[in-house]
Amino acid sequence: MEVDVMKRIPVREQDPKVRATNFDEVCLGYNKEEAMAEATRCLQCKNPRCVQGCPVNIDIPGFIKEVGEDNVAGAYKVISKYSALPAVCGRVCPQESQCESMCVRGIKGDAVSIGKLERYVADTAREQGIKPEPATEKKGKKVAVIGSGPAGLTCAGDLAKLGYDVTIFEALHKAGGVLSYGIPEFRLPKDRVVAAEVENVKALGVKIETNVVIGKATTIDELLNDEGFDAVFVGSGAGLPRFMGIPGENANGVFSANEYLTRSNLMKAFDDKYDTPIIAGKKVAVVGGGNVAMDAARTALRLGAEVHIVYRRSEEELPARVEEVHHAKEEGIVFDLLTNPTEILVDENGSVKGMTCIRMELGEPDESGRRRPVEIAGSEFTLDVDTVIMSLGTSPNPLISSTTKGLEINKRKCIIAEEENGQTTKEGVYAGGDAVTGAATVILAMGAGKAAAKGIDEFLSK
Amino acid sequence: MFKILKKEYLANNIWLMDIEAPRVAKHCQPGQFVIVKMDEEGERIPLTVCDYDREKGTVTIVFQTVGASTMEMAEYEVGESFEDFVGPLGCPSELIEMPLDELKKEKILFVCGGVGTAPVYPQVKWMKEHGVDVDVIIGARTKDILILEDEMRKVAANLYIATDDGSYEFKGNGCDKIKDLYAQGKSYTKVVAIGPMIMMKFVCLLTKEMNIPTIVSMNPIMVDGTGMCGACRLQVGDEIKFACVDGPEFDGHLVDFDQAMKRQAMYKTEEGRAKLKFEEGDTHHGGCGQCH
Ligand SMILES: Cc1cc2nc3c(=O)[nH]c(=O)nc-3n(C[C@H](O)[C@H](O)[C@H](O)COP(=O)(O)OP(=O)(O)OC[C@H]3O[C@@H](n4cnc5c(N)ncnc54)[C@H](O)[C@@H]3O)c2cc1C
Ligand SMILES: Cc1cc2nc3c(=O)[nH]c(=O)nc-3n(C[C@H](O)[C@H](O)[C@H](O)COP(=O)(O)OP(=O)(O)OC[C@H]3O[C@@H](n4cnc5c(N)ncnc54)[C@H](O)[C@@H]3O)c2cc1C
Ligand code: SF4
Ligand code: SF4
Ligand code: FES
Ligand SMILES: [Mg+2]
Repeated sequence: MEVDVMKRIPVREQDPKVRATNFDEVCLGYNKEEAMAEATRCLQCKNPRCVQGCPVNIDIPGFIKEVGEDNVAGAYKVISKYSALPAVCGRVCPQESQCESMCVRGIKGDAVSIGKLERYVADTAREQGIKPEPATEKKGKKVAVIGSGPAGLTCAGDLAKLGYDVTIFEALHKAGGVLSYGIPEFRLPKDRVVAAEVENVKALGVKIETNVVIGKATTIDELLNDEGFDAVFVGSGAGLPRFMGIPGENANGVFSANEYLTRSNLMKAFDDKYDTPIIAGKKVAVVGGGNVAMDAARTALRLGAEVHIVYRRSEEELPARVEEVHHAKEEGIVFDLLTNPTEILVDENGSVKGMTCIRMELGEPDESGRRRPVEIAGSEFTLDVDTVIMSLGTSPNPLISSTTKGLEINKRKCIIAEEENGQTTKEGVYAGGDAVTGAATVILAMGAGKAAAKGIDEFLSK
Repeated sequence: MFKILKKEYLANNIWLMDIEAPRVAKHCQPGQFVIVKMDEEGERIPLTVCDYDREKGTVTIVFQTVGASTMEMAEYEVGESFEDFVGPLGCPSELIEMPLDELKKEKILFVCGGVGTAPVYPQVKWMKEHGVDVDVIIGARTKDILILEDEMRKVAANLYIATDDGSYEFKGNGCDKIKDLYAQGKSYTKVVAIGPMIMMKFVCLLTKEMNIPTIVSMNPIMVDGTGMCGACRLQVGDEIKFACVDGPEFDGHLVDFDQAMKRQAMYKTEEGRAKLKFEEGDTHHGGCGQCH
């Protein structure tokens, strides 16, 4: 295979026209030949800057070297030291602003495709049946993990590897957190990738009890005092959706992105065999510009709708990953930028019949450093839509904090925890991931799960 | 898996089941609900906790077959299991959270309609167990479709039945019976109305006029039941509430029933299609081994 060292080996993708009508994965990933060719582009830097860009500091040149030598098992072993979910991170990490943004290759040409290589290693290891190894020695201590998202799975996996007896309690009927209910199949296959990663964690001896809502079915205090757990990790995420508070928002046809995505991903409403209904909509507006908005938009598109992204700032400020915006455009999503909804118009049956919006322009920078969007007086217009999906962000659910004595939260409703070890204000209780930071990323949640596992081990070894 | 230990036909396409679910049974309180998912392909179906036995670890549900999922549920038999059964969800009834001495000072009237009789039963039973006397009206179209009459009679101080066609006891609906009781000189400090939304709406219109604080139990469309999706949102006064975490009970005089009823009908077309498909035998759950 010929390699131009300045350019990355292109990754095969489903054709945009074809994939706009199915839920199969968009990106097909590297094969062995492509991965080995891409691996030759890595300079094996003595002082690898890419590693600093990765929130969990994966030994990137280390695993890429093994890929170059066609030693997938070796590469998997290197990554496993740092990450419990490489098949997931290789797919959904914002690499362009993390590891790859720091790669020296990126100064003059394309950065090394670190994410795609990581994905190749994880997928190939799975195909070859390579699994992480369970602990041989038991500690004889029990840890409860609340939530089975990336934070919970990672914390549980690491503790199990250290020999702890770990049980995950998950509110929903399926493990995975946002990986199962939020991120769509076409970006993150559920059976092939998410379920397989969950199985890996179980293979380490972790028990997963689904259908248990902590704060309702039992409480943290009961887990510690009556059920014999020695420590608890809270990885309950940030699942509470925000609405805009504009008139008409309770009309039939207005959904939170969480509802829309949950119906489609977790409940598989896109598949006729499943019983949960979903309203596809003919013309859909998705309000917001993050990853979640892109996912909702591309889901509605696949269900047959014409889809508009309505975002109040400009393209440059779109918080979604570049790759996702690019894919969305390729698939035919319309971007109505510098546009903000002011009212949802409702017909006599209570259904959406349109959405009034106002044009915006960018003014002075605000606290976040981004230029503040301001309304252009008199620029209202009506967008002719029958469905509106609100994707305005989420915050942590108060269910756990409100039922646990001594567990303190900040004014953003996030659980207060030390960054280096996850320790909360309550002894024996640790927390991490979106529940602590507010909505963030998979890799940060994973990193927090790892840090907390270490913190819990230190606490229980005292 | 959550095993069905008992199944009983009550009346009017209403079924009762006892489900083995020790964690739920240990913690549930009157006013709360569970979510049942029958199998891999199933939807998440919210149902009120109608009774529980903490010792045996069982929870009683009572459901009416109104569409594809509840019809499929009625085909499950004793010994079979539901894949998922999560709860308790929602908040316990406001009344049982009140200090007992204050509660005993209240004069409470429960008004139930249809399958709504089932969720009222554990509340009235709880009142009886705690020495609080309450009156109950059960409203029904006709005598044959009454449910839980005997059970309710054992726990209510006074049980009144109102039938639309006059086939049993009082002729008229729940609202007519409230007026009738007042005409007889009775009076109440609190009404709890549980039943179809339209019935709760009319009870609230009346009690607002009569100035009797009224609690209703809302049953909007739900998905997760944990506050994650917002499908269950309701306009309550000038606030938006999520019924699954803030409710399901609310101050009935503040609820926007017209909006709630429209939202409840959101999936009518899809649901109609699913029901048809079920009746044609396409989606039988396949657990009984005698497919028809
Ligand atoms: C649609 C969408 C797309 C995204 N795309 C990306 C992306 O491309 N790249 C990226 O890096 N990040 C992305 N994110 C963000 C990322 O998914 C989250 O930051 C990450 O999943 C957080 O992990 P977590 O473990 O903290 O929480 P979660 O993944 O939210 O998991 C929390 C789990 O806890 C459970 N739980 C909550 N409360 C309780 C309770 N009381 N009892 C028991 N269980 C409970 C929940 O049901 C859930 O399963 C996306 C998020 C969404 C919603
Ligand atoms: C908190 C709560 C408690 C409830 N308790 C009971 C109970 O004790 N007994 C009982 O018989 N019913 C109860 N219901 C209603 C019950 O959930 C619905 O009848 C059932 O989901 C209908 O499903 P289906 O597929 O058979 O009917 P469908 O044909 O799908 O729907 C018929 C009607 O049922 C309602 N419905 C449908 N899906 C849902 C859903 N996911 N969530 C809520 N409502 C829905 C809608 O109004 C719909 O128009 C309760 C609902 C809630 C929210
Ligand atoms: S985990 Fe994410 S940031 Fe780290 S190397 Fe992998 S893709 Fe890059
Ligand atoms: S910075 Fe780029 S070239 Fe250097 S080690 Fe990392 S991936 Fe390889
Ligand atoms: S059912 Fe999803 S938030 Fe209430
Ligand atoms: Mg249904």
